[in-house]
Amino acid sequence: MSILRYESQVRAPLIEGTKDYHQVSVDICRPVEARPTRLWWLGFSVSVLLLCFGILSVTMEVIYGVGQWNLNKTVGWGWDITNFVWWIGIGHAGTLISAILLLFRQGWRTGVNRAAEAMTIFAVMCAGQFPIWHMGRVWMAFFVLPYPNTRGPVWPNFNSALLWDVFAISTYFTVSLLFWYSGLLPDLATLRDRARLKWRKLFYGVASFGWAGSTKHWQRFEVLALVLAGLSTPLVLSVHTIVSFDFATSVVPGWHTTIFPPYFVAGAIFSGFAMVQTLLVVTRKVLALEDYITIEHIEVMNKIIVLTGSIVGIAYLTELFVSWYSANPYEGFAFMKNRVDLSSPYGWSYYIMMGCNVLSPQIFWIRKMRRNLVVTFFMSILVNIGMWFERFVIIVTSVYRDYLPSSWSTYYRPTIWEVGFYLGTFGLFFTCYFLFAKFFPVIALAEIKHILKRSGESFKEKMDELEHEDAFEFAGEHLHDHGA
Amino acid sequence: MAIKKFVVGCFDSEAVLFPAVKRVRRSGYKIHEIFTPFPIHGLDKAMGLKDTDLDTAGFIYGITGTATALGFISWIFVSDWPLNIGGKPHFSLPAWIPITFELTVLFASVGMFLTFCYLCQMAPFVKKDHFNLRSTDDLFVMALECTEKTNEAETVTFLQSLGAKDVKVDRKETRWWLGRYDRETKMFGMKEAEAAV
Repeated sequence: MSILRYESQVRAPLIEGTKDYHQVSVDICRPVEARPTRLWWLGFSVSVLLLCFGILSVTMEVIYGVGQWNLNKTVGWGWDITNFVWWIGIGHAGTLISAILLLFRQGWRTGVNRAAEAMTIFAVMCAGQFPIWHMGRVWMAFFVLPYPNTRGPVWPNFNSALLWDVFAISTYFTVSLLFWYSGLLPDLATLRDRARLKWRKLFYGVASFGWAGSTKHWQRFEVLALVLAGLSTPLVLSVHTIVSFDFATSVVPGWHTTIFPPYFVAGAIFSGFAMVQTLLVVTRKVLALEDYITIEHIEVMNKIIVLTGSIVGIAYLTELFVSWYSANPYEGFAFMKNRVDLSSPYGWSYYIMMGCNVLSPQIFWIRKMRRNLVVTFFMSILVNIGMWFERFVIIVTSVYRDYLPSSWSTYYRPTIWEVGFYLGTFGLFFTCYFLFAKFFPVIALAEIKHILKRSGESFKEKMDELEHEDAFEFAGEHLHDHGA
Repeated sequence: MAIKKFVVGCFDSEAVLFPAVKRVRRSGYKIHEIFTPFPIHGLDKAMGLKDTDLDTAGFIYGITGTATALGFISWIFVSDWPLNIGGKPHFSLPAWIPITFELTVLFASVGMFLTFCYLCQMAPFVKKDHFNLRSTDDLFVMALECTEKTNEAETVTFLQSLGAKDVKVDRKETRWWLGRYDRETKMFGMKEAEAAV
């Protein structure tokens, strides 16, 4: 019957080793059920320390103002919005893996989707810090929301891209959280039923909402997952498009360009997958989950990295070309003098961006490099650095020397509190990730079991004879059947 | 309290489960539920379950979101406090598309998730009786409801003949209650139900 037919004799198995359903539960629940290791405590402590430094940095900024970040005319956005867009971009890979790959029926998403979605949620949490704290008078942050008030009532400007951002990011966070959590419910139920300790039974019992695995509930679960995936797909595309509108709807040369929406979305997927690689290459080794996050998974994600990196590269070249072709002197200046000119104050950042984003991922055309874990890890760090510089280049190089030379700013350089805020978000991200890896299953347990008999290595041998034949043999055998 | 008697059989292979479901239904038994560790495509059809209307509900929630966003923003920018922004028209629909789309998705997602929890009777601290703890691990657990007319021994042998591994007769509570999974709850009507045999 179709549910048990092995997926393909050509594709490598997605789950390696001899596994049955129980073994899958044991393997994936083992890191959750074990006590925290020294390595975990080390990573967790470092993350919490970074988080504390971040809280200190933010406190300094709230008390003494946004000038603490060296922000002033005309560099009104510096590291703050660079970091915001960087983190949001990273978040997009998780939703892409969960939602878009579900719609494309890609079985390999099951090994990586849980961790990737968690990464999305934590990345969006980190990203959201920047628009909030960069407001200066943060205690009036609620002004952005359309609530009835006694000042008119005065409403926020719905025509403004900055307000679209508020709705987009909040929606993205909420929907990602719901998608992630609804997928977690069956896995939490597995942990609950396997639990021996009292506190585990209580914790996972409450967290699993009483899930029992009845067929009707699975039916609704699959419909929920499919519709959420269908909604999240345009959401992914729209959220980063709306973030790009923060720049594209302005009049600043280097910002005001229609290429930004697809360019930003491709860049987001690019940096997001790089962060997924960074996390998973380490996670699969430390938690001994190499049978589930196989080299095939790593290789496929590297292919996506080289694809989106190339798209981003084409976008860079298009922008450069258009800046010349448009004959717009300001646009041309922004590119040729502020960016391409290596002797300009920030020219160096443009070349770092080009090198890391366009040149370095091309190594993944080579199969051996795609399947090499050290290269993958090193490359993923490079890509993340490159994408940070992309946002830095877009924001700072366009804005520090724009239309009016008398407004041109002195060299903008980050302060300790700005760097501290950024490190603090790393602290927040990794604190959440360490907690996630300790208390929740890092791999989607039920989904792996769902594809085990179709894509597991130990089931490849049990395929029907029909599937061992290739297409020509089959045709040859049945050519003279005359419909028999 | 709805404590009922069930004959519970556990299967460990889909290839055995599917023909078993067909034979059980043809023999006239009422399948109360089948608990599986992961979704099995085709099982709901084999059991004769109707399709869920959750997706229709999601659509309705989404449309509500669209209407709310468009209606609210239109009212604000056309009627309540129209602003002269560079002489541009008050009803600037293209500018409102991002927020409209986001609210559509938000309403649909949150609405569907809450409806899902409501339909499946799920919430924090909701507790249900387990038919077999391994149903979230590696077994497919079929629960057949016992009426006064059922001969339990016959049902047990029937299930065993279909390939069920661990067939038991048990009394279980069918509905949910608020409780904690780290404590055993004494079922309120259990003694009466057992006495009624």
